[in-house]
Amino acid sequence: MSAYKIIDHEYDVVVLGAGGSGLRAAVGLSEAGLKTACVSKVFPTRSHTSAAQGGISAALGNMGEDDWRWHMYDTVKGADWLGDQDSIEYLCKEAPAAVLELEKYGVPFSRTDDGKIYQRPFGGMTKNYGNETVQRTCAAADRTGHAILHTLYGQALKHNTEFFIEYFALDLIMKDGACKGIIAWNLNDGTIHRFKSHTTIIATGGYGKVYYSATSAHTCTGDGNAMALRAGLPLQDMEFVQFHPTGIYGHGTLISEGVRGEGGYLVNSKGERFMERYAPKAKDLASRDVVSRSIAVEINEGRGIGKEQDHVHLHIDHLDPKVIDERLPGISEASKLFANVDVTKEPIPVVPTVHYNMGGIPTNYKAEVLTLNGSEKTVPGLMAIGEAACVSVHGANRLGSNSLIDLVVFGRAAAKRAAELVKPGMKHEEIDKNETDRCLDRFDKLRNSEGSNPTSELRLSMQKTMQSKCAVFRTEKTLKEGIDEIRRPYDGMDSLSVKDKSLIFNTDLVETLEFDNLIRQAITTMDSAYHRKESRGAHAREDFPKRDDENYMQHTLSWCNGSKTKINYRPVHRSTLTNDVQYFPPQERVY
Amino acid sequence: MVQLNLPANSKVEKGQYYKDKTGSKNIRKVNVYRWDPSTNENPRLDTYEVDMDNCSSKVLDVLNKIKNEIDPSIAYRRSCAHGVCGSCAMNMNGKNGLACTKSHSELNGDIDIYPLPHLKVLKDLIGDLSTLYKQYESVEPWLKTSKVNDKENIQSKDDRAKLDGLYECIMCACCSTSCPSYWWNGEKYLGPAVLLQAYRWIIDSRDEDRKERLKKVADELKLYRCHTILNCTNACPKGLNPAKAIAEIKKMLATA
Repeated sequence: MSAYKIIDHEYDVVVLGAGGSGLRAAVGLSEAGLKTACVSKVFPTRSHTSAAQGGISAALGNMGEDDWRWHMYDTVKGADWLGDQDSIEYLCKEAPAAVLELEKYGVPFSRTDDGKIYQRPFGGMTKNYGNETVQRTCAAADRTGHAILHTLYGQALKHNTEFFIEYFALDLIMKDGACKGIIAWNLNDGTIHRFKSHTTIIATGGYGKVYYSATSAHTCTGDGNAMALRAGLPLQDMEFVQFHPTGIYGHGTLISEGVRGEGGYLVNSKGERFMERYAPKAKDLASRDVVSRSIAVEINEGRGIGKEQDHVHLHIDHLDPKVIDERLPGISEASKLFANVDVTKEPIPVVPTVHYNMGGIPTNYKAEVLTLNGSEKTVPGLMAIGEAACVSVHGANRLGSNSLIDLVVFGRAAAKRAAELVKPGMKHEEIDKNETDRCLDRFDKLRNSEGSNPTSELRLSMQKTMQSKCAVFRTEKTLKEGIDEIRRPYDGMDSLSVKDKSLIFNTDLVETLEFDNLIRQAITTMDSAYHRKESRGAHAREDFPKRDDENYMQHTLSWCNGSKTKINYRPVHRSTLTNDVQYFPPQERVY
Repeated sequence: MVQLNLPANSKVEKGQYYKDKTGSKNIRKVNVYRWDPSTNENPRLDTYEVDMDNCSSKVLDVLNKIKNEIDPSIAYRRSCAHGVCGSCAMNMNGKNGLACTKSHSELNGDIDIYPLPHLKVLKDLIGDLSTLYKQYESVEPWLKTSKVNDKENIQSKDDRAKLDGLYECIMCACCSTSCPSYWWNGEKYLGPAVLLQAYRWIIDSRDEDRKERLKKVADELKLYRCHTILNCTNACPKGLNPAKAIAEIKKMLATA
């Protein structure tokens, strides 16, 4: 579509997304002297990292003995052995330095009596390879993500990173299997921008909005994941969707695991602390998949609370109000606003709510994007970090507070690797006109849709299908139905209706582009879930209740062309990065 | 005789009326400011009849309902939907706030929704915050310390507590755009949001640049245009007190 005026830019590196990982990468790239553009559809501090509450994990040992190897073991076990242990070693070993660096940047961490960074207990975080609870999660009250995001934005300003804010990225520019940059739409003035770059780093976050009820922001639409799919690249482990045990009933607002870390506990309609039955040792601090499943079982067996018996209660009313005020002030505020509950007097009504995508764009521990070509192969010019990526450190289930550390450790790793691969001022290749046309054709076609299906209706249909057919518990039957049903909203795009045809802040078109991104991920999620005939971490098949290491110690890779998917697998890495630690072989997972 | 003209787009015209099609008995009128930069038309006030029996509790839910079910062309920013990202700041029944935390049951009569006051409007409810963002940059919002070791800075609980009520700011701009002084001198006066942030770094015990930071804001226009009207504190949806932060800066300068 030559009708669109295109503005060209040349950068050494383009970072797509300005949340925790994108900003951390941008800081490192700018420090390395690379000409860096950071492109984001929202102003950086509006990114969803701001919603992270409980904390960021790192074996600092500020609150008793700790060791990064213990952290590694917990992460491997939390991941139900689907994580790549070389990447997990890198994450846990680098974590303490990454947190200290954040503190130096100015993050207002809460403090211990002797003025060190305060650390709280969190689900699945233990001492000495699965023994007692450890305090490993570094916190800035219950606003840790917010504090980190704002601080990283300040650092990016300090390093003069060039921002392109409220630019909606449309597609990757590919040439001979390598990424050469991106095309984006400037919402502020309606112009189209083509960024040439030697390395493009996708840091666009998760795609929680494929579900009806999620703690995710409206903007969590996995735009980068969908761009990878359209570029013919696979997504990995998409069937692993984390349900956070405690979203506020009816609204979905996150109530941090930090609440249970500080002593909060769950009860059913009989007043029982039911987690004691499911996880005798860790109880309410078992890993999230375990707690979410336990709540779902309680509800399914008729021990839920309320008129519909469809939720449970989270108590912190026994805690000292001073502790709540100092360490969980945001939770008190959210509970008041969205559940009309005074947490010092009443329990919070909660229900498992979609929260995090373990799956995403496959990468190695250097953040380089992988595809399958016989064996693993890196995609030149393309990296992915943060929730958009699947490194895979979280495997089949992420531990609470391991996402924030993932952002900064791999944000930094991406910058380091890019600085090795790209030298400042290297020459750019010409971009093939076809590649630009392909992208703008899709844009133009969606913009000029004159059919009868509003985007909001297709989106709702997708969300309801995901919510009912690809939930905490799955079966052959629900997934089979889901595979058919999820394609209906995709087919509905044949007669799409977009009312607003303008180019400046056309949010009708933005939501349509986001839906086009979401539906492809919904399809790959459903199809990947159908094909994994075992239960592992967040993927619980009632018809295959056991983990099957013989057949499924493998990452699912799913390609998606239109609504057609292709599923393949690659083996989980069964070795560590160095000799500093031994490989942890699969064990039975008990909390 | 001197002719006085209002600036372009000052006159808001009567817009379209979207009648309820659901047959609901519980209807509320929602008036929304609309302006499309791609037309040469003046802004208008569109009215939507909304079925409140099937609408969640917050003003953002009302807007989403309008966008999803009545008029997809309406433009506003929104993201987290629980008061931490600061995207959906707007003016509701005359008061600034976050649409995602404001309950519509707290608003009387028709619901009137406008963009934040005195910002250049980009489209409908979307205001141009670029000046405020530049001002934020100007206070150098990063820690300045000469310490280069691999240990954390030690900060006492009391020193850390000084940051409470400051670091929580979500930069929604509800305060600055409710401040008459910022309306008149927004290009030069830093305004409550940015001064709160300035104070957040001034008072951080780990920062070694306090003197310089104070010197930089000690300016007739940047700081002293605050006339303690206190609209800022009244407007803050996070319950912060920018007016107090500004007073603290003034006090530090007076006693330095």
